[in-house]
Amino acid sequence: MDFIAESWRTALALIIALNRDVFTAVGTSLAVSLWSTLLAALLGVPLGIGVGIATFPGKRVVVTLLNTLMALPTVVIGLLGYGMLSRQGPLGGFGLLFTPTAMVIGQTALAIPIVANYTVGAIAGADARIIATARTLGAGPVHCLGQLVKEVRFGIMAAIIAGFGRVIAEVGVAMMLGGNIRGYTRTMTTAIALETSKGEFAFGLALGIILMAAALAVNLGLNALQQR
Amino acid sequence: MKSLRPLLLVLAGLLLFTGPATATEHLKMSTTTSTQDSGLLPVLLPAFEKKCNCKVDVIAVGTGQALKLGEAGDVDVVFVHARKLEDKFVADGFGVNRRDVMYNDFVIIGPTNDPAGIARAKTAAEALKLIAARQATFISRGDRSGTNIKEKELWKAAGIEPKGSWYVEAGQGMGPVITMATERQAYTLADRGTYNAYKGQKTDLTILFQGEKGLFNPYGIIAVNPKRFPYVKYDLAMKLIDFVTGPEGQKIIAGYKAHGEPVFFIYRK
Repeated sequence: MDFIAESWRTALALIIALNRDVFTAVGTSLAVSLWSTLLAALLGVPLGIGVGIATFPGKRVVVTLLNTLMALPTVVIGLLGYGMLSRQGPLGGFGLLFTPTAMVIGQTALAIPIVANYTVGAIAGADARIIATARTLGAGPVHCLGQLVKEVRFGIMAAIIAGFGRVIAEVGVAMMLGGNIRGYTRTMTTAIALETSKGEFAFGLALGIILMAAALAVNLGLNALQQR
Repeated sequence: MKSLRPLLLVLAGLLLFTGPATATEHLKMSTTTSTQDSGLLPVLLPAFEKKCNCKVDVIAVGTGQALKLGEAGDVDVVFVHARKLEDKFVADGFGVNRRDVMYNDFVIIGPTNDPAGIARAKTAAEALKLIAARQATFISRGDRSGTNIKEKELWKAAGIEPKGSWYVEAGQGMGPVITMATERQAYTLADRGTYNAYKGQKTDLTILFQGEKGLFNPYGIIAVNPKRFPYVKYDLAMKLIDFVTGPEGQKIIAGYKAHGEPVFFIYRK
């Protein structure tokens, strides 16, 4: 057990010493994850609300599709993103491969189905009489929608938190689209993968502890907002 | 929506602090894992970055993939070690101005007790024959890296097609493969640079065969052809090439040591 104990000591020492590489990776992780969560919320919430309240033939198929996309492995998104963003690919002209922007694009694609799906679930769980009641009280369609969103706001919040949880923890997209470039696209998760591959277990552990702490802090913050 | 407003405000605030970095020029270099895992690049590149006021983005993969990234035009410069593939890369028009940078050599490492007895072998091919005959575990990079290509050459020279449960294809970089070989107490082909960086704390494997001419391991740097890919940062790539092959870079390479031993050697001019 000496190995683990020793690694914990080293890890804590690294954190206390505020290792610059560690905190650059934390910053990159948070920046990329927050950007992609924001974009996924802007696209996924309306999508979820739309699918949730509309009734149309084939709705089941759309919901099943969203469910399937939710389970898509991150390396598959990474692979598809790589094909799109490489200079050989259709979007190659922008030269985005191995930049933080590429990571945001990939992680947004990863989070949208999750945010949308949870939103659909929240809408489905809402009291179906809301819209009818609002309408009888003389509300227009926009107002009705507002009432509904107000009713399910906690569900939408949970959807966004779930999306954030998925992107902050993933390594496939970050590695394949970011390239794990030191001080630029290296995130907490790709740094952990690299340090472990270099045999630097303690360093990886230090990063793991900080990653959990960062995820916890963001979730506590979002939860605090939700309570209000 | 009211309750979402503070959340959005917090998000916007965070994003302001973490927005896109400043507009320093970025040079993309794909390279083999050994230059990074051995610890050379972290001492070599900052000197160049300071001098040129730029940032070198290192994508460390196997030599095969590093060249592929060059063939796709996804990087500006490649720094690898597989002479035949490098020459093909240039001949096919993907790269220009290949220059020799440095060299080291490959070694066969394995458990100290040397179960296959390869320390007595006279050639690398003979050492591999002994490993195969004993069915001693051998970890192969299996990733078309420079080391993997060299390893395949050696098996061919030994007249053996390695397969069976004793032959493990890891599909990972040099560092992880050394770690894996250490955990499994297996043999593997390693470049001396990465091995020296791992020796001691991270691995208890020892060098059991070395010094054959066929194990020579030269590194080259190549600019990606700007005629083929007009957007590559050719001028900056050439500045980097001039730096690593010039007196300043060569001095850093020759002076870089891991565990008190030199890792790479420069050519006498």
